[in-house]
Amino acid sequence: MAFKIIVCAKQVPDTNVIKINPKTGTLIRDGVPSILNHDDNNALEEALKIKDKYKDVTVTVISMGPPQATDLLFECIAKGADEGILVSDRAVGGSDTWATSNTLEAAIKKWEKENGPADLIFAGRQAIDGDTAQVGPQIAEKLDLPQVTYVEEFQIDDNLKDITVKRQLEDGYELIHIQTPCMLTAIKELNEPRYMNMKGIFGAKDIKVWNAKDIEVDLTKVGLEASPTNVFRSFTPAPKAPGQKVAGDTENEQAKNLLIQLKGKHII
Amino acid sequence: MAIEILKDKCIGCGLCFKSCPYDAFEFEPYDGNKLGKVAKVNAKCSFCNQCLTACKFGAIQEKKQDAAVDLSAYKHIWVFAEQRQGKIQNVALELIGEGKRLAKDISDDTQLCAVLIGNKIDHLAQECFEYGADKVYMVQDPLLENYTTDGYTKVMKQLIDEYKPEIVLYGATHIGRDFAPRIAARCNTGLTADCTHLDVKVSKYIEFAKANTTLDTSTLDPNDPSTGIKQTRPAFGGNLMATIICPKTRPQMSTVRPGVMQKQERVPGAKGEVVNVKPDIKASDIRIEIKDIVKSMKEMVSLTDAKIICSGGRGLGDASGFELIQKFADKVGGVVGSSRAAVDAGWIDHSHQVGQTGTTVKPEIYFACGISGAIQHLAGMQTSNCIVAINKDPDAPIMEIADYAIVGDLYKVIPEIIAEWDNAEALYDATTK
Repeated sequence: MAFKIIVCAKQVPDTNVIKINPKTGTLIRDGVPSILNHDDNNALEEALKIKDKYKDVTVTVISMGPPQATDLLFECIAKGADEGILVSDRAVGGSDTWATSNTLEAAIKKWEKENGPADLIFAGRQAIDGDTAQVGPQIAEKLDLPQVTYVEEFQIDDNLKDITVKRQLEDGYELIHIQTPCMLTAIKELNEPRYMNMKGIFGAKDIKVWNAKDIEVDLTKVGLEASPTNVFRSFTPAPKAPGQKVAGDTENEQAKNLLIQLKGKHII
Repeated sequence: MAIEILKDKCIGCGLCFKSCPYDAFEFEPYDGNKLGKVAKVNAKCSFCNQCLTACKFGAIQEKKQDAAVDLSAYKHIWVFAEQRQGKIQNVALELIGEGKRLAKDISDDTQLCAVLIGNKIDHLAQECFEYGADKVYMVQDPLLENYTTDGYTKVMKQLIDEYKPEIVLYGATHIGRDFAPRIAARCNTGLTADCTHLDVKVSKYIEFAKANTTLDTSTLDPNDPSTGIKQTRPAFGGNLMATIICPKTRPQMSTVRPGVMQKQERVPGAKGEVVNVKPDIKASDIRIEIKDIVKSMKEMVSLTDAKIICSGGRGLGDASGFELIQKFADKVGGVVGSSRAAVDAGWIDHSHQVGQTGTTVKPEIYFACGISGAIQHLAGMQTSNCIVAINKDPDAPIMEIADYAIVGDLYKVIPEIIAEWDNAEALYDATTK
């Protein structure tokens, strides 16, 4: 029986590129590329490494997002994933992390109904647009799976049952033994993600788009209205009063002028 | 909280379009006004509420939430007093200080309770009291010696069910961010990650907003008696700030970044009540095995405590640039920081990263060297007492928020600062004579 891996991935705007229009205080989204979330890319890579090493391993990528997020599934399959599933429905729009995890839980259960239970679920630690790191553990909770977050090293035994991981801490790591089935969340230190390959780019793509009805999710548990948290207000941070340019014709003069200023203000 | 458009008030002017960061407004035909159209919200809406104050005609209003269910059964503020190897984490003490302030704002009889989970940690209760806790819930068992998701979640759920806190705060550490979402899912309640500011009173939120933000507070009532938590955090990669509420479920839960909140002055000998709770836990509840906990040999980077931080970014060009930054830091008695771009490029370990996804810092002096100032970086350092930016690009965003901006090549400027550092006093004296 195949060893079945599900990777949860999200398409995100590249938040490093986004700028704020200083006059209107709104986001400038023109030309901001949508990308596969970094940590999710590491999660996919680790799944693909298992598939490289062992026979009869399948990798399924599941994502939730707007219809154009199928782009991300193309990318994942072009890297080596077997199939991609996008859950897309206006009914799940505006979901907070709790409601999002309900949606993904339903999607995973629906997939398991057709394919049998997943052995391993991999997700990125967090997405760069929300930075919450909540959806992975919340899916694990709803599927009643043990979890390890912040995985920076991963090793699976040939029995495809026993897993040893290093979980990153602020000042070191924990060495943890866990058995499948389980949920792991990946961080950047875990691996170096591969590029898409020619065969993958031009090969057949098994991509499905499911709506809320397809995944048989309880509609009272998804979307904006069901979410326990709501945005109360949002705003751009107040601009700080402008500082001063340090004068000087040479670098030495600049350095001296800076130090005079810092000394004069009792900062040093 | 979604908005709705009152068609009879909308005149179809499109003023609201400009307020929307997501291009979520469009027109739909409507017979009731001169222009024959009204605004409509499309699927791009991300429910950020920025349009609430945009309409001059009162046509945009918040959609009302359903009445809440028995929220009054939940009382008091809890802090998860995270301990590792018998040592309370700094962030927990900061949260006890912050939680205490919030408790006073809710009511005189609202208590700040610390939750201590571990083994042989009786002595830690006193530390919690001395930093401001009124009560400690103490849960001890050999199975709880080290943090495990399964063990700690089971115990915390047991405590929440039994004692029903109104608010629970966690440090946004690698443990807190593993633990809190699991509890939120088990309790079916909301959780807001990585908060940088908390309020319970509307009046205090208005004060905060006026002092620190561009938010139009005209739609908020300073006499509003509600005390639901208002959790402010960076959103969208730090490009926006969002204030999140949790109106329908309890407890309301937040994780808070280390270094953001203030500890209270320690009061030696302070007293409080210890409630010992017997955990309902057995070995088979814990489905993982911790084989080892290893402190890394690499030097601990204590960015949060640093008085001076010298940070390098993409402008360094390559990894070797951090040798110069290290020299700079050694000279000025500072700690090396970095932007996310430099970490992503693999030039330096992530433990040095300052910013929304790194460490939040507020040193006396922050030297930003070759850092352009992506908002996600600024979110982590803009409250520094003094910011010095060194950058080739005079238009880089960092130059706008810097107190002192040096336009130049950092490889030429920094060696000069290093060379002149010890002469600062003499240089200054020379200017005053």
